[in-house]
Amino acid sequence: MADKLLETKNIAKEFGPVRVLDKINFDLYPGEVHAVIGENGAGKSTLMKIISGYHQPTEGQLFLEGQEVELSDIIEGEKNGIAMIYQELNLAEDLTVEENIFLGQEKKKSLLLNEKEMKNETINILRELNCKISPDDRIKNLSISNQQMVEIAKAVRKEARIIIMDEPTSSLTQDEVKVLFDLIERLKQEQVGIIFISHKLDEVKEVADRVTVLRDGKQVTTEQSNNLSEADMANLMVGRDLKDMYPDKVDGIKENIVLEVKNFTVPGYVESASFQLKEREILGFAGLVGAGRTELLEGVVGLREKTSGEVYQKGELIKIKNYLDAINHNIAYLSEDRKGKTLLTDKKTIFNLTLLALKKFTSPFIDHEKELRAYKEAEAKFEIQAPRTDMLVSKLSGGNQQKLGVAKLMEIEPEIIIFDEPTRGIDVGTKQQMYTFIKELTVERGKSCIVISSELQEIIGLCHRVVVMCDGKITGVVEEEDMNEETIMHYATGLRGVV
Amino acid sequence: MKIAKAFGLEGLKLDYSTFKAIGPLVALVFLFILATIINPAFLSAGNLRNVLARTAFIGIIAVGSTFVIVAGGIDLSVGSMAAFISGVMIIAMNSISAQLGFGIQTVLVGMAVSVGLGFLAGSFNGLFVTKGKIEPFIVTLGTMGIFRSLVTYLADGGTLSLDFGIRATYRPVYYQLILGIPVPVIVFALIAIISTIVLNKTSFGRYCLAIGSNYEVAKYSAINVSRIRTLTFIIQGLCVAIATILYVPRLGAASSSTGLMWELEAIAAVIIGGTALKGGYGRIWGTIVGAIILTLIGNILNLTDLVSPYLNGTVQGLIIIGAVMFQRGGNK
Repeated sequence: MADKLLETKNIAKEFGPVRVLDKINFDLYPGEVHAVIGENGAGKSTLMKIISGYHQPTEGQLFLEGQEVELSDIIEGEKNGIAMIYQELNLAEDLTVEENIFLGQEKKKSLLLNEKEMKNETINILRELNCKISPDDRIKNLSISNQQMVEIAKAVRKEARIIIMDEPTSSLTQDEVKVLFDLIERLKQEQVGIIFISHKLDEVKEVADRVTVLRDGKQVTTEQSNNLSEADMANLMVGRDLKDMYPDKVDGIKENIVLEVKNFTVPGYVESASFQLKEREILGFAGLVGAGRTELLEGVVGLREKTSGEVYQKGELIKIKNYLDAINHNIAYLSEDRKGKTLLTDKKTIFNLTLLALKKFTSPFIDHEKELRAYKEAEAKFEIQAPRTDMLVSKLSGGNQQKLGVAKLMEIEPEIIIFDEPTRGIDVGTKQQMYTFIKELTVERGKSCIVISSELQEIIGLCHRVVVMCDGKITGVVEEEDMNEETIMHYATGLRGVV
Repeated sequence: MKIAKAFGLEGLKLDYSTFKAIGPLVALVFLFILATIINPAFLSAGNLRNVLARTAFIGIIAVGSTFVIVAGGIDLSVGSMAAFISGVMIIAMNSISAQLGFGIQTVLVGMAVSVGLGFLAGSFNGLFVTKGKIEPFIVTLGTMGIFRSLVTYLADGGTLSLDFGIRATYRPVYYQLILGIPVPVIVFALIAIISTIVLNKTSFGRYCLAIGSNYEVAKYSAINVSRIRTLTFIIQGLCVAIATILYVPRLGAASSSTGLMWELEAIAAVIIGGTALKGGYGRIWGTIVGAIILTLIGNILNLTDLVSPYLNGTVQGLIIIGAVMFQRGGNK
């Protein structure tokens, strides 16, 4: 076999005290497709960012064609023939194909642009890629797959030897995926090495020569893809041991259905989803990033436009046009975006606590004493650690912010609470508190909860049932006795269930 | 300490952030001392009355601007709006006087027209911003031109004059003293008090702050963002209407140059007062102090020969830039 295009030796990366990558030995040969798979947060993106020069490793070495290199930024990565195609495409929407392909590296004739040469070169590259778009097309008028072609054309023009594709198929239709795979095949013949990141295991199986599995920042294995079944890959991605993180499940569920959603469609994200939530139940929502879980539940509570679908509360059809309607029906939603959607970080804790339930504190003027009492109660109940009552939220730790976010929600005394990634980015101790609290809500206070989570352990440890989504559709509902990471992962990757 | 409490500043230590919090007040005191040194006549009751009465127009408009800016908007149309409302008010009063005479009824009709127009103009701005989803800067830049051109058209390029009979009836609204205080100053004070309560003590005020601080969080806190933002523009329109009611009896006329640059003075007053231009933080008392500072500068230049009064704008401009530099200074 030819010399390696790329090799990493014991690459590690730390962000502050957190080690997000540990001793990764990754390599890539010319004409090879090497897939990298793993759960959200496994470290795939970080590894790619190190290879492309965006991040610098804390430890370890990077070799390009046998030479050790240190890439100080992404420009240097590009100079060394590495091109990264991001999940969210990085094109200037209002410029033409040609202008994008040469952006930042325009050819010049003295002071003026040499448009003729750039156009000819663009035409040649597009022909080479067998791509039927014109150099003068504006990016915003192109389909997503053609936009991706432009990204690839950009990489080809720079004579990239290594192309990193981060979830390239996530927004493509079946036909477009086929076009992309044909192109990958041609690039392989040109001896380009391709790193292919995807959540879709069938695609990985189809396109990759080798597969590297990452889990929690560690390299689980690197294997010829022939030797791995899709089920093997799913198992390798999730295989972790459960710790005593979760409170014992108490079966207090009643068969009464408190919330039923029928044929709910959020355009562009969710197609005809239906599910039920029982009284005192903790219902999980699992799926990969982009499966449409957040969009579905934001749609249900009126934070997003829906095109069809009905919501029944305790058997009665309810109309939810905006979030206030949901609140008036005692349905509350905690966003996954703590700093962007839940809390005003430049305001004080009390201001945030009472914002959702402000009417309760107003008659007709805001009763500041009452707010202060509510804050004292919430502080004790949720163990919010803030040295002063008038702290700015931005000064709190992530865990304390999250507790404040939950406390804010509980001020309206909701009956149905939807938690979207309730433990993302918080420490283990606070996670445990969050789990205990959610359990207490259902068991002791008779509420019903929905928990959206990308951590399968969390779903399994906490929930009574789990709804699994893939590509905007509900692919399955797993009952407690059948719940394990493999089964859920199979539904989440579309291996099982209705797709 | 009582003063500090009234401004919601209790419990502050004397460091840079305290200084920053009360900065506009410090600047005001400084200007007072400076003015007195330059010309002791500054402290005469007549001059102070004059300063405050002149402040009232811009001050009342700026109070409205405070709501708009706190909620993350901006209104550039207020000066033109004032001119337009003045013009229509004068035409309305002149024509109705044929039936109602020169009495108080005619003036009341004029006032009602003013309030109605202010409400409509504010709603127009607000609905285009919220329902039409166009940036406030663009919408109010548009209406700034529209209102200005309408008043020019109504005046046929010249001046609209209030009938002298009505002027006599209307005159006290600007010139009358109550307990030695001019009427506009009393109205200004009332509006300031009400607005302070609305901004700091009601859910509406709280929502304005939340929207200006982060639009998304406001939406995810079940706040009807469109309604609140529209209301801020309506409040602005009503404030312009009230300022216009007080302004018309002063000159009894309106032309295309009425209220010229008022939008900039109003925004300047808000900014000098310490309200954040990007929204989310604001205080009415600061705006009032800011408005007084702006008038004071002109007054001081008139009382002294050191600097030409023609440089009024230069000094104002420097103070605006300085005020913002000062406020940014403490942020890391």
